[in-house]
Amino acid sequence: MSTATKTAEAPEASSSRGKAPAGERIADWADGRLGIYSLAKANLRKIFPDHWSFLLGEVCLYAFIILIATGVYLTLFFVPSMAEVEYHGSYGPMNGVLMSEAYASTLDISFEVRGGLLVRQIHHWAALIFVVGIFMHMMRVFFTGAFRKPREINWVFGFLLFVLALVTGLTGYSLPDDLLSGVGIRFMEGAILSVPIVGTYLQMFVFGGEFPGTDIIPRFFIAHVLLLPGIMAALVVAHLILIVYHKHTHYAGPGRKNTNVVGYPLFPVYMAKAGGFFFLVFGVITIIAATTTINGVWVLGPYRPDQITSNAQPDWYLGFSEGLVRMMPGWEWVIPGGYTLNFGLLVPLAVFPTMLMVIALYPFFENWVTKDRREHHIAERPRNAPTRTAFGVAWISWYLVALVAGGNDVIALKFDLSINTITWICRVSFFVLPVLVFWATRRVCLGLQRRDKEKVLHGRESGVIKKLPHGEFIEVHEPLSREQLHTLTAHDQYRPAELPPATDENGVRNKVGLIEKLRVKVSRGYFGESGQIAKPTAEEYREITEGHGHH
Amino acid sequence: MSNPDDNDSRNTDNNVSDEHLPSEQGHGEVAPADDPFADPGLPPHEHRRQDIDERAAKRSERTVALLFTVSMLATIGFIASYVAIPIDKIVYIWPFGHISGLNFALGLTLGLALFCIGAGAVHWARTLMSDEEMVDERHPIQAAPEVKAQVLADFAAGTKESQFGRRKLVRTTLFGALALVPLSGVVLLRDLGPLPGDKLRHSKWKAGSLIINENTMQPLRPEDITVGSLTQAMPEGLDPHDHDFLVEIAKAAVMLVRLEPKDIKDPKSAEWGHEGILCFSKICTHIGCPATLYEQQTHHALCPCHQSTFDLADGARVLFGPAGHPLPQLRITVNDDGYLEALGDFEEPPGPSFWERG
Ligand code: HEM
Ligand code: FES
Repeated sequence: MSTATKTAEAPEASSSRGKAPAGERIADWADGRLGIYSLAKANLRKIFPDHWSFLLGEVCLYAFIILIATGVYLTLFFVPSMAEVEYHGSYGPMNGVLMSEAYASTLDISFEVRGGLLVRQIHHWAALIFVVGIFMHMMRVFFTGAFRKPREINWVFGFLLFVLALVTGLTGYSLPDDLLSGVGIRFMEGAILSVPIVGTYLQMFVFGGEFPGTDIIPRFFIAHVLLLPGIMAALVVAHLILIVYHKHTHYAGPGRKNTNVVGYPLFPVYMAKAGGFFFLVFGVITIIAATTTINGVWVLGPYRPDQITSNAQPDWYLGFSEGLVRMMPGWEWVIPGGYTLNFGLLVPLAVFPTMLMVIALYPFFENWVTKDRREHHIAERPRNAPTRTAFGVAWISWYLVALVAGGNDVIALKFDLSINTITWICRVSFFVLPVLVFWATRRVCLGLQRRDKEKVLHGRESGVIKKLPHGEFIEVHEPLSREQLHTLTAHDQYRPAELPPATDENGVRNKVGLIEKLRVKVSRGYFGESGQIAKPTAEEYREITEGHGHH
Repeated sequence: MSNPDDNDSRNTDNNVSDEHLPSEQGHGEVAPADDPFADPGLPPHEHRRQDIDERAAKRSERTVALLFTVSMLATIGFIASYVAIPIDKIVYIWPFGHISGLNFALGLTLGLALFCIGAGAVHWARTLMSDEEMVDERHPIQAAPEVKAQVLADFAAGTKESQFGRRKLVRTTLFGALALVPLSGVVLLRDLGPLPGDKLRHSKWKAGSLIINENTMQPLRPEDITVGSLTQAMPEGLDPHDHDFLVEIAKAAVMLVRLEPKDIKDPKSAEWGHEGILCFSKICTHIGCPATLYEQQTHHALCPCHQSTFDLADGARVLFGPAGHPLPQLRITVNDDGYLEALGDFEEPPGPSFWERG
């Protein structure tokens, strides 16, 4: 034996009598190749803050994992083919009906494969919960300002995941080739055809010929099971790496600073909670799938372009695009040269991505206003950023109007109104409601800020009524603890931007561009007197508390 | 660093800059000792019952173990249901109605097995694992100025060694080659589909095509079309077993109605029909759903997809909704044998509009 081997064995020999336990030996083996001890040193006891709103991102993550697991199972049985077959399976009502292999295999999964229906239902429910989760998670990040530096890139990654989730949902919804999914594909075809100049070419290339052809489902299939999930998986990993790298934000509170993170260590507490939460989410989705049928493709039969049912509705998350289309009047122009511009579809087709971009770009807009280049690790309370909060709520109301318009026929039936009336209400609301909501939300936020200030300065209402010697009744106010005082005053307050003086100290005129002037205006709206309530100062506090003592 | 705003590195210790716009940041700042709002620091840890009372801790342990045991039982129940319950058994379960027994049993047992693992783990973490909050320090992300200077110097050295800036010819041709090479990929996409040509303008209808009732698959006679009803039809020679049936029916599907001739407002439309029988494309001109909800009193055809409403008494004019033009009408007549037949193809392309439609 050479000396080299001897030294290599030395630590083991010296560690004590006998060998190290098997687990440790495996870890040693891996460490020699992957450096896992250094990795674990940095991460095993990494601190994660705990708050219910941070669970929303986890819901998305777990729904994504569930979708992949159940999706892989479905691919084992699903046949992505539009070849026509005559059905002879165990679902009686469809006996002898001509249908695509895609539809027939979906029926087989539902009626022939034991547990296949359950997996299909889990998959569809998980998809819905995934998108709801992403939406709520995005709103959580938005309303707490968690998108601020250094997290802007992660915001963009997240937004891409949102868009990809929508597209993946759409392609998945189209696969079974039942009547509803066919209507969805037809919608897409109409939208593509409306594109000026290249529309018909695009349509032929996407569908491999005229609608419906036999290519669209195999093509959607590969996008739905490989391309889109692959990109999403990569983005999810990048998203998570950035979360670990930036460390999660936390809410203001005693001991919680912009320079630290307070919470529980990854191992064991966070691991147990997060791991456990995965099983909770999976369990709940499974129970929903067991009891509540979703997308019963067998009800309406296979897709035929000449057949339809009323109440054809897309999954909720695309309902707002449906609503945009329903609200739009049917403007169609034939321009000189004999070409058709179909604004009835083109306008919704442009408004749809614009609505998404508005929310995606907001963080960059806010940063342009504040010109703040510091890192922010304290998640804000929505009330402390009234303009942002109002903007977000207005955006949600905008989205909801479109969603409601997407269900105008359902609502018409439910409330016995004419579709015409509902459409007009939606059209007007689309422009008016966000403005009203913006205004109202800002007022509510300012009111809450005032309440916080009251609380800090005068204490909390205790509910105890006291009679003063001279007969007056007052409610006793309990002073807040030091922890509460700190928490309620810890937030940042910007000063509104100001235009530089007209001339500088040498008498030279300062040139201010239009854009800068606009920025100053917007900044005043955000941080001027109408935009926030100045938080109480230590002097105010002392004056009041000491004042009480003298009386 | 020419940007005067870019001042993170000046005060990296606490990530707080001396930016003039925002007021001072409340957290991480050293506050004067008498500041009533100063951060009092993490509150002391309060013990839970389980931390001080071993009996309470034992109870938690038993709860967690019970949850894990229920999960095991549920998995066994899952396997048992899979084996025992026939796939086509429909059961009535309140309040869900008549549902598949197997689906219900599998979902419930699997859901329970999963949920109990989760509930057990979370309960364990909350009651038995330490709940003492811990603190990690954050470190500024931006690199120290020395690091940045080093990287820039390295980069400059590399660029210089490559002679990228100096050898303009190499640079330009490289950009050219890289710009061109993706073209091959674009060209490869050409065979995704055929060129549109005039495919969208033509349907299976031609002069003399009989009009086949979709329900009976028999050619229609004028007597078959009664006032107030809507008959769905297609051209003869179209067989649902044909491989291109769906493509053809997507353009050729029609609906026939019979109106009192005096009710028809559009003379041209009346002329294209036969004794008040009018034949319209049923493919909505919005995005192509069949617009077949017929209101017999008003002669309106409504499309269920986005509620475009067409007035069949007035050349299928759009009355309401997002459709941009009327449903094309098919000219029909009666042949010598007394059957309805087409006088030709649609004059306008049926279905949703497109750029070249005109
Ligand atoms: C597939 C979809 C997504 C998954 C799986 C996912 C997952 C997660 C998880 C597990 C977290 C940490 C827990 C939390 O803060 O909730 C997180 C944080 C974050 N997510 Fe997402 N997310 C997704 C979509 C989005 C979207 C749509 C956005 C915004 C457009 C977004 C932006 C962020 C940001 C900025 C953080 C950091 C939050 C902080 O540190 O406070 N994510 N994400
Ligand atoms: S397809 Fe008929 S209204 Fe949209």
